[in-house]
Amino acid sequence: MDLVLIFLSAAIVNNFVLSYFLGICPFLGVSNKIEKSVSMGAATTFVMVLAALATWLINNYILIPYNMGYLQYVSFIIVIASLVQFVEMFIRKASPALYRGLGIFLPLITTNCAILGLALFAALRQYNFIQTVVFAFAAGVGFTLALVIMAGIREELDRAPVPEAFKGAPITLIIAGLLALAFMGFAGLISG
Amino acid sequence: MSIILISIFTMGLLAMFFAVVLVVANQKLKVREDPRVEEIMNALPGLNCGGCGFPGCHGLAEKIAEHGSLEGLGCPPGGQAVADKIAAILGIETSASVKKRAEVFCAGTRANAADKAEYRGIKTCAAARMVDCGPKACNYGCLGFGDCAKACPFDAIHVAESGVAVVDIEKCTGCGICVKNCPTRIIALIPCDQDVIVKCSSKDKGAVSRKNCKVACIACKLCEKNSPDGAFVVTGNLASVADYKKCQQGAANTAIEKCPTKCIVKLN
Repeated sequence: MDLVLIFLSAAIVNNFVLSYFLGICPFLGVSNKIEKSVSMGAATTFVMVLAALATWLINNYILIPYNMGYLQYVSFIIVIASLVQFVEMFIRKASPALYRGLGIFLPLITTNCAILGLALFAALRQYNFIQTVVFAFAAGVGFTLALVIMAGIREELDRAPVPEAFKGAPITLIIAGLLALAFMGFAGLISG
Repeated sequence: MSIILISIFTMGLLAMFFAVVLVVANQKLKVREDPRVEEIMNALPGLNCGGCGFPGCHGLAEKIAEHGSLEGLGCPPGGQAVADKIAAILGIETSASVKKRAEVFCAGTRANAADKAEYRGIKTCAAARMVDCGPKACNYGCLGFGDCAKACPFDAIHVAESGVAVVDIEKCTGCGICVKNCPTRIIALIPCDQDVIVKCSSKDKGAVSRKNCKVACIACKLCEKNSPDGAFVVTGNLASVADYKKCQQGAANTAIEKCPTKCIVKLN
C-alpha cells in the first residue's frame, strides 16, 4: 500500500514536470512528436531509476555513516553525469537508431533537474531501497506522461488556427500552464 | 579545515571511481567505426544535397565503406573526380560512370502553349498545380514559377523570359533536387553526352496535345517509323529517345526532320 501511494504520488499528484516544474527543458524541447517524446521519456526513466539506485547507495553507505550530508548535491551531480555518459555509450552500442533519434537531448539528460531533484527528494524523505526504486520509476512514468500529453496536444495544435502572435513558444507555454492547472486538480488526493 | 580536506578527499575518490568505470566502459562499449568513413567524408563535397539518395554525405560514406565498392553508389555533384578519390581510399578501380544532368522536358513557352485560365494565386508551381493542374491548357507543361530554381543548391536552373525553366549545363551537377521539386514532374536526369531529346512530356492524346501547344509531341509515330534501328519509341502518347547513341546516325536525322511539331530537339 505504501509503495502504491508513493507511485501514485510521484507519477500523478506530485508530477515532477507539472507540479514541481522540474525538467521543463525537455518538456518543451522534445514534445513536438509523440514518438520522440515516448523514447525521450523512456531514456529519462531509465536514467532516473539508475541514478536513484546509485545515489541511494552513496547516500546511505558513504555520506550518512561518515556525516557528510553536505556533500549530497555535489556527489549526486557527479553520479548523474557519469551515469548519463554511461547510458549514452550503452545506447550508442546497443541501438544506433535510438542514439541518432535522441540526438542532443540524450547528453542533456545530465542537466535535467528532475533527476537531481528526484535523488534529493528520495534522500530528504529517507526512503528505503525499494521505496526509492519505486519512487524513481514513478517519477519517470510521470515525466513520460507529461511529455506525451504535451506532444499529443502539440501535434493537434499544428492544424489549429492559432493567432499569429501566439504561434510557437507562447502557445506552448500557455498550454504548459493549463496542463499544470489541470494537474492541480489532483492535489490533496494523496498527501505526501 | 578538516571538513574541507575530507570533502576534497571523498569527492576525489568518488570522481576517481566513476572515471575508472567510464574508462572501462568506453573500452568495452567502443563502437568500431570504419576509419575509411572519415576519409571518404573528407573526399566528398560535403554539400549534403541528397543527390546520392542518402540524407547526407555521411550516409553515403558509411554505405560505400560498408560495401567496399562504388557499384550503384556515387556522388552526382562530385562526379568522376570524387569517385576517383574514393576509389583510391578503397584501393579499387573506378569504372567510368556517366555524368548526368537535369533537363526540362517542355518547350511550351508562352508563345507556344495556350492557357486555359488566368492564375492569380500564390506564385509557386506547387500552388498553381493544385488549381486544376495549373493555368496552362496542357497539364504536362512547365508552369514557370520556378520551384526548381528555388530548390537548386547550385543556381543551375532558371525560368527563362519565355516562361519555361532552362538548365544551365555548365553549373548543373546532376544532383536531381529539381527533379524532386517539380510538381509537374517534367524534369529528368539525362546523360551529359545525350544530344537529342524529345522536349515534351504530354501524355494527352495527339489531337488534345496539338490544340494545347504548338510544339507538343502528338504521338504520330513518324519518328518511330523513320528510325528502324530503334532510336525513338512512342509509349503512352509520348515519344522518347530509346537509345541516344543511335541518334547520331542518318536514319535518326530523317526522323528528327520528319517530326511535324519539331518537338525532337538537337542540343548543342
